[in-house]
Amino acid sequence: MLDFYATVARAGVQEQFQYRAANYLYMIGMVVEPVIYLVVWSTVAAANGGELRGFTAGDFAAYYIVWTLVRNMNIVFTPFGWEHRIREGRLSGMLLRPVHPIHYDLAYFAGWKVVAITLWIPIAVVLSLVFRPTLSPTLPQVLAFLLAIWGAYVIRTMLLFVLGMVTLWTTRVTALFELYFTAELLLSGRLVPLELMPAWAERVADVLPFRWTFGFPIEALVADLSNAELVAGLGMQVLWSVIGWGLAMWIWRRGIRRYAAVGN
Amino acid sequence: MGREPGIVRTYLRVGTLFELQYRVNFFLQLVQSLVALGTAVAVIALVFSYTDDLAGWSPYELLVIVGVHVLLGGVIRAFIQPSMQRLMEDIREGTFDHVLVKPADAQLLASVQQFSIWQLVDVVVGAAVIAVAVANLDTGLGPLDAGAFALTLVLGAVTIYCFWLLITVGAFWIVRMEFVAELFNGLYQAGRWPVTIYPAWLQIGFTVLIPLAFAITVPAEALTGRLGGTMVLAALGFTAAIVAVTRWAWRRGLRRYDGASA
Repeated sequence: MLDFYATVARAGVQEQFQYRAANYLYMIGMVVEPVIYLVVWSTVAAANGGELRGFTAGDFAAYYIVWTLVRNMNIVFTPFGWEHRIREGRLSGMLLRPVHPIHYDLAYFAGWKVVAITLWIPIAVVLSLVFRPTLSPTLPQVLAFLLAIWGAYVIRTMLLFVLGMVTLWTTRVTALFELYFTAELLLSGRLVPLELMPAWAERVADVLPFRWTFGFPIEALVADLSNAELVAGLGMQVLWSVIGWGLAMWIWRRGIRRYAAVGN
Repeated sequence: MGREPGIVRTYLRVGTLFELQYRVNFFLQLVQSLVALGTAVAVIALVFSYTDDLAGWSPYELLVIVGVHVLLGGVIRAFIQPSMQRLMEDIREGTFDHVLVKPADAQLLASVQQFSIWQLVDVVVGAAVIAVAVANLDTGLGPLDAGAFALTLVLGAVTIYCFWLLITVGAFWIVRMEFVAELFNGLYQAGRWPVTIYPAWLQIGFTVLIPLAFAITVPAEALTGRLGGTMVLAALGFTAAIVAVTRWAWRRGLRRYDGASA
């Protein structure tokens, strides 16, 4: 199995490295989003006397620069891709393989992450020079962060795998996906640190998986989390990975039965 | 002039008939537009729960910007982006030949060949948002302001069209330009806020490199009583300049084009 992962990931690195120019432009487009949030919240903080619930301009800068890496770690096989997989019959080929297709997705995109992180470093340097983040993580925070970005990656792969497989039941999935992504945007910490959300929204976010794929990895490095909070957060990531895995296996078993019915 | 309005009308009619086959898409588009609007309003509400003025803009003034952003976004996705993406594809595949052999101006034909009418939902939603926001403004709206708004909005749409065509013309030199739509949509999000809140170097970028300032902030300024006559003249001058540059770049691009058989 490890061998399978290593091989697919290596193929992912090689394939994506060929498209480094396209990858780079894509990343530059992606950087616009956090820069907008950063500017808006820094402006609000300045109007508020320099800080907002303990966030200074430097804290916002740190949050949204780490954001750019976490955003890259959040890129997994898109649920919109399932239509292609089903319509073109790709799924038939996937069914013939002796390993579950989710392993292929996990391994391939993990390889892509190596390319993404390499390309990300210069962008982070430039953003840091421009926006001057204040960042002073402790060693446990750095370790927790390095684990948490991969935890985020695993959870999001599982959840979007489940979401994408809905395509096997109906082809009108765009509105469903939009709703999912909007909920994720608002309740993950991508739009704004969850601490700045109204209290009720934060409580909703607590019972959903989104914050563990986005807000938590950032806070692990940026906020003043105690060791106990770091471990608890990683624990939640393990919990949601297991739940996501269970859901993915369940929907896959039900889904391929539908696929066979459609294909014949 | 003469045949041109007829050509535009015919293409518009064919495009409309084509899309009318897919009526469910209207409801999908409506859901998407409302979700996007809800998100935008939620963000504004959140921002103004901490402050009552963002760089000199009140909540309803900012809602005017959101309305203009949504409206113009609808215009772009209904009228501009579909034809431009088709043009990029045509240039790459060599099927641009079919446009060139027709006995009318190629730029006109290439610019009207495809429409997505369901995207007009965003135009309606954006106009409604603007109406609600203006009705709640403390400053009244004079006929002069309304006229300046209509003028600068049309100029803004023309500017964005030229910007898109300039990038598309790049396909004559660099074949792979598909990522441009993605890039543009990312950058367009920046227009949801007044460009004056950005650092100076970004303001210059959003004015000259991507004309978000003239397309969105300036019309919104007209409705909120911030726009002086000089700015209207500047918008006129900028639009005239970008139209001329686009026409020139288009001619240069045509000369580069080899066709499908070459």
